[in-house]
Amino acid sequence: MPQYLALTYTADVDWWAPEQASELADYRQFAVDNADCIRASAVLHPTSTATVVRVAGARGGDVVITDGPYAETKEALTGYYLLEAADLEEAVAIAAQLPAAWGGAVEVRPVIASK
Amino acid sequence: MVARHDTAHDTVAETVRVEGARILATLIRAVGDVQLAEDAVQEATLAALDAWPVTGVPPQPRAWLALTARRKAIDILRRERARPGKERDGLRVIELASYELPPDDVVDDDVLRLIFTCCHPALSPATRVALALRTLCGLSPAQIAGVLLTTEAATTRRLTRARQKIAAAHIPYRVPAEAELAARLPAVCGVIHSLYTAGHAPVDGRAAYDVDACAEALRLAELLHDLLPEQSMPVAVLALLLLTQARSPARLDTAGDVVTLDQQDRGRWDAVAIARGIELLNDSLRRSHGQADAYQLQAAIAAEHARAASYDGTDWAEILRLYDLLLSIAPSHTAGLARVVAASEAADPATGLAMLAELPPSPVGTRFALNCSPAKGRTQRQPENSPNPSTGRRRSRSDSTGSDVERYSSGWPCRRRRRSGGPEVPGDVPSTGRTS
Repeated sequence: MPQYLALTYTADVDWWAPEQASELADYRQFAVDNADCIRASAVLHPTSTATVVRVAGARGGDVVITDGPYAETKEALTGYYLLEAADLEEAVAIAAQLPAAWGGAVEVRPVIASK
Repeated sequence: MVARHDTAHDTVAETVRVEGARILATLIRAVGDVQLAEDAVQEATLAALDAWPVTGVPPQPRAWLALTARRKAIDILRRERARPGKERDGLRVIELASYELPPDDVVDDDVLRLIFTCCHPALSPATRVALALRTLCGLSPAQIAGVLLTTEAATTRRLTRARQKIAAAHIPYRVPAEAELAARLPAVCGVIHSLYTAGHAPVDGRAAYDVDACAEALRLAELLHDLLPEQSMPVAVLALLLLTQARSPARLDTAGDVVTLDQQDRGRWDAVAIARGIELLNDSLRRSHGQADAYQLQAAIAAEHARAASYDGTDWAEILRLYDLLLSIAPSHTAGLARVVAASEAADPATGLAMLAELPPSPVGTRFALNCSPAKGRTQRQPENSPNPSTGRRRSRSDSTGSDVERYSSGWPCRRRRRSGGPEVPGDVPSTGRTS
């Protein structure tokens, strides 16, 4: 069965903030409703907690870390779900139930099957 | 000897090209897998290219190809089943062996159904059209590049990326439900119109008219209109195709060379098709409540040409106005060039030449530029016109009208969207001539 990573792009919120509680509950409900298809999932801390890592030059070079997100955008990556679906249309039907689909956008990416 | 062999080979290749595209659609439906169906048709066409020059083209080439392709599909499935870890399951071999097509519910035509299927919203609009033209209409990447005004290399890349995405993301080849048809309509109309354009002005230069491509496009346009009679876009596409097709009997001379519009014998135009095209255009405009799309505007331009009794009687000012509208909603190099032609006829060749100099260079070469040189022969004809050109044009317009034409003429709703002062057209030219 093909797998898809559904990446949620929404406002760069702190999910632990009290005002996010009701939306977070919607995501939990989504996970319950689609438990059969969800292989993994994660909710991310805001991009202000992100650290960008680069290695200068080539492998073995100096590790350079910088604070903050890779790029400032209106919608940030705020979470993901690894979905299992028969085909893209089924995956899209599941992803369309995510609150991010109307509060932002959900990117559905096919996962390369491991051997 | 060599020449005779080549002719036989050409006939075979042509039959294979035309029939191959048709059987592919049926086979895709039967196997539910485009790649498998394409592979099978490919093998069947190779078999035909081997056999037919020797045996002659069979009496029913399509049936021969369909049967062979089905056998090849079964062969491919068996071969793949023998290899471990392949996804195509053996169950389908059995399904194929008892070859029974599923019943049609929504779209009662294999090709049209698969065009709708190809026009999947997960693909970009241009990709949907290119993919359908390649897979279902049998056009080459060069032909597709010609009608979509891009390069062959870009088309090939686009098709490759599309196939990769379809395979990686498992985009299903499922016939869309009735509720989904309308959303896919613009791309489907684009496919049908592009197919007709490819047939009407082939890029490969072998013939100036590909009867099969044009006939298939018209057939599909009729089917689409039957399928979604309430939608304005299919009516406009059908009107545009009919109005263009109506003039085709006069478009080629006995040697097969293109006869330019001013030289055509208008008595050979299909008056029935013109009348029907204008009626359909009026119908389409009513349905869209006067918001004209690019097909309606192109059909209106074709109608203006089709109803003119003579070249000099053409209402060029109206055609220029329609091109202005067309460019405002769908800018394209070809429309820009055609507008220059209209302007040089409506005003004078010098105006046209000045506008031509201001046109941005075509992104894809000069094919279209060569087909419509704006000032050709106009200078000596100009003095024959009355000093007030619009008077002469009005006269010939009324010569050729029927009631439908009048309705079209007076009911054209786009008039209100732009300023109504028509005669000052040349004054408008410089400001609108330098888009992009």
